[in-house]
Amino acid sequence: MKKEALPKKPYITRGGIHVPHKKNTAAMQTVIMPPPRSVVLPMVQHIGAPCIPVVKPGQRILVGEVIGDSEAFVCAPIHASVSGTVKEIGSLLMPNGASVETVVIESDGLMEHKEYSSPAVGSSEELLRAVRASGLVGLGGAGFPTHVKLRVPPDREIDTLIINGAECEPYITSDHHEIVENSWGVMSGIYAVKELLGVRRVIIGIESNKPDAIELLKNMTENEKYDYKDEIRVLTLKALYPQGAEKMLIKACTGRAVPPGKLPSDVGCVVMNITSVSFLAQYLKTGMPLVSKRITLDGSAIKNPQTVIVPIGTQIKDIIEFCGGYSEPPKKIIYGGPMMGLALSDDSLPVLKQTNAILAFGEKEAEIPEADPCIRCGRCIDNCPMSLMPVCLSASADNCDIEKLRKYDVMTCIECGSCSYICPAHRHLLQSIRTGKQLFKEKTGR
Amino acid sequence: MRDMSEKLYISSSPHFRSKNSTAKIMADVLIALVPVVIASAVIFGLRSLLIVAFCDISCVILEYVSRKIMKRNNTINDLSALVTGTLLALSLPVTINLLFALFGCVVAIVVVKQFFGGIGNNFVNPAIAGRVAMVVSFPTQMTDWSYVNEIIDSISSATNSVDAITTATPLAGGEWSYLDLFIGNIRGSIGETCVICILIGFAYLLVRRVIKPFVPLCYIGTVAVLAFALGEDPLFHIMSGGVLFAAVFMATDYSTSPLTNKGKIIFGVGCGIITLIIRVFASLPEGVSYAILLMNIITPHIDRLTVPKSFGVSKRMAAK
Repeated sequence: MKKEALPKKPYITRGGIHVPHKKNTAAMQTVIMPPPRSVVLPMVQHIGAPCIPVVKPGQRILVGEVIGDSEAFVCAPIHASVSGTVKEIGSLLMPNGASVETVVIESDGLMEHKEYSSPAVGSSEELLRAVRASGLVGLGGAGFPTHVKLRVPPDREIDTLIINGAECEPYITSDHHEIVENSWGVMSGIYAVKELLGVRRVIIGIESNKPDAIELLKNMTENEKYDYKDEIRVLTLKALYPQGAEKMLIKACTGRAVPPGKLPSDVGCVVMNITSVSFLAQYLKTGMPLVSKRITLDGSAIKNPQTVIVPIGTQIKDIIEFCGGYSEPPKKIIYGGPMMGLALSDDSLPVLKQTNAILAFGEKEAEIPEADPCIRCGRCIDNCPMSLMPVCLSASADNCDIEKLRKYDVMTCIECGSCSYICPAHRHLLQSIRTGKQLFKEKTGR
Repeated sequence: MRDMSEKLYISSSPHFRSKNSTAKIMADVLIALVPVVIASAVIFGLRSLLIVAFCDISCVILEYVSRKIMKRNNTINDLSALVTGTLLALSLPVTINLLFALFGCVVAIVVVKQFFGGIGNNFVNPAIAGRVAMVVSFPTQMTDWSYVNEIIDSISSATNSVDAITTATPLAGGEWSYLDLFIGNIRGSIGETCVICILIGFAYLLVRRVIKPFVPLCYIGTVAVLAFALGEDPLFHIMSGGVLFAAVFMATDYSTSPLTNKGKIIFGVGCGIITLIIRVFASLPEGVSYAILLMNIITPHIDRLTVPKSFGVSKRMAAK
């Protein structure tokens, strides 16, 4: 296959919004949190089939031991993140409304683990099996099992690996810290995936608001020792939300547009989060599966915003207590960033594999604005990265009009929230469109 | 630790909103109208300020009272009634009887805006509908261009040495020079004559990104091209009558113009064509109000025909 040249500057994308960056924690060192008293590990921390617990209450367990797995292909095993005893196997109401089987481990505070050694990765089949065993899922937020993503069907030809370091959501700095504090891991992870996929073009997309991270990786990729064949390029992206959304990122990095209902592999791309590749490098070196996660803790109700590495399954309230508690009564707590994050009903929910931030807002920031009538200004249309008409979609959804939802192409919406953000009448456009999507799926059986 | 009796808000993302609001947009439109209002006072005297104030106050009161009677929430805080009032006032002759102006306000705010559901739901521009209702009801009063500001006129006569005292607008055959048109020293509605002030307002709206240039540019461009094609003076057609004022401030009304850029271009071109057809071939001297009114009515159809292709949909796929 002819190798396409590495791009010098990003391709033009449509729409998007300028959100305040609020990267308050960017300059702070990451803090490592000591093990909490107990961890809560739901058996669904990925897209796909739920895991089935393989431990019994009362059983002694070490860090990194498998506690849940499944026969299903689209699934990733879940490991104990602390050493201690299995306290109970109960159920937990997740913020998406599903009740999920959950293993609770009482920590002994020792963080004991057995000796791990780097996994055998002689063939790509062995490597894929190792990726599955590591428990890795897309750490950027989606949580799609990585071994499934990397097992590209033989009829698809992949020529480009895109590494997502855009981190376009306000507040979140986890990926930024990963690059700055662990650039070796990032580069070596990229090489592992590059070898596996056999691609000769790697593009690392980073938004321009992280100049130190860009500088660091540029120095490495321009160094012949690391990239002697000149196949890796750091691309400085415009700081424009939602630049990190998969379809947007592919467009900005390669100029290719993924058609509605298709996958990145249909246009010859694989996209991986930068923290995911970095973890992969770590795992291939040490053999320690995914048991901890770096998260950004921020928001107006947090006394000391910072970036912390916590054992997966640590309850939010424990992290907040570790970071000095609340500065004012929290009114809204969010998994992830403010644009696409999920509002929680309770601060006893745990950090999951794909959690990259926890935000707690006080009264003022949490306030839900009252919607005024639409004035048809068209700002939602101008800013929609998918070229949709959010105002028409939302009206069709409110009227339960399936034909109109089809006409305005509801299923292409990536739920980035740009329309709701920009609306001067503060209309809850995305909320309506989400219900419209649900309705469309139910009625058309798609 | 957190007091668990305190409930948390649950809502759909995004949990973060821009600071923009309907009232801020309307305030920007009002700011853009300030130079035009000042020019009207200079050219036509202080009575024009009285008309603007009267229409503004009437519109706000009418909106408040009609919402109250219809048992709906109060919307005067969004400032849209002020915009409608100002636009209507600026499209009236300076000699207008204030009771007639009140009639225009009632048509604009009560009939066209509130009867159809308030802001965003009116199917035609309220100010234009109010003006058209007045033209139809009081044709003599609405075309009384007899007022002359003696100071301005004497300066103008001294420089141009043209005796400019006539009783018709340039469109109806009055005397004019390009300079008069540009600074607004001609007969006409109080807001429509001063080209320079309208351009300042246009620039402000563009810089503040309140409007996009498509509708005004296509409207004016079409008028110019068509005028040239029909052997008329393009510059004269652009700068006289209400074309420029309406293209910048009225045809760009959000509620009654198409949503997409493509739709806006079609809308602007349509307005231009109808305006010039009425001006050149019909027995009316001016066609701007009717042109915009007609295009307002077909706006939903333009919207339906200009749905953009979604991301990643190629021409070939769209044809399937």
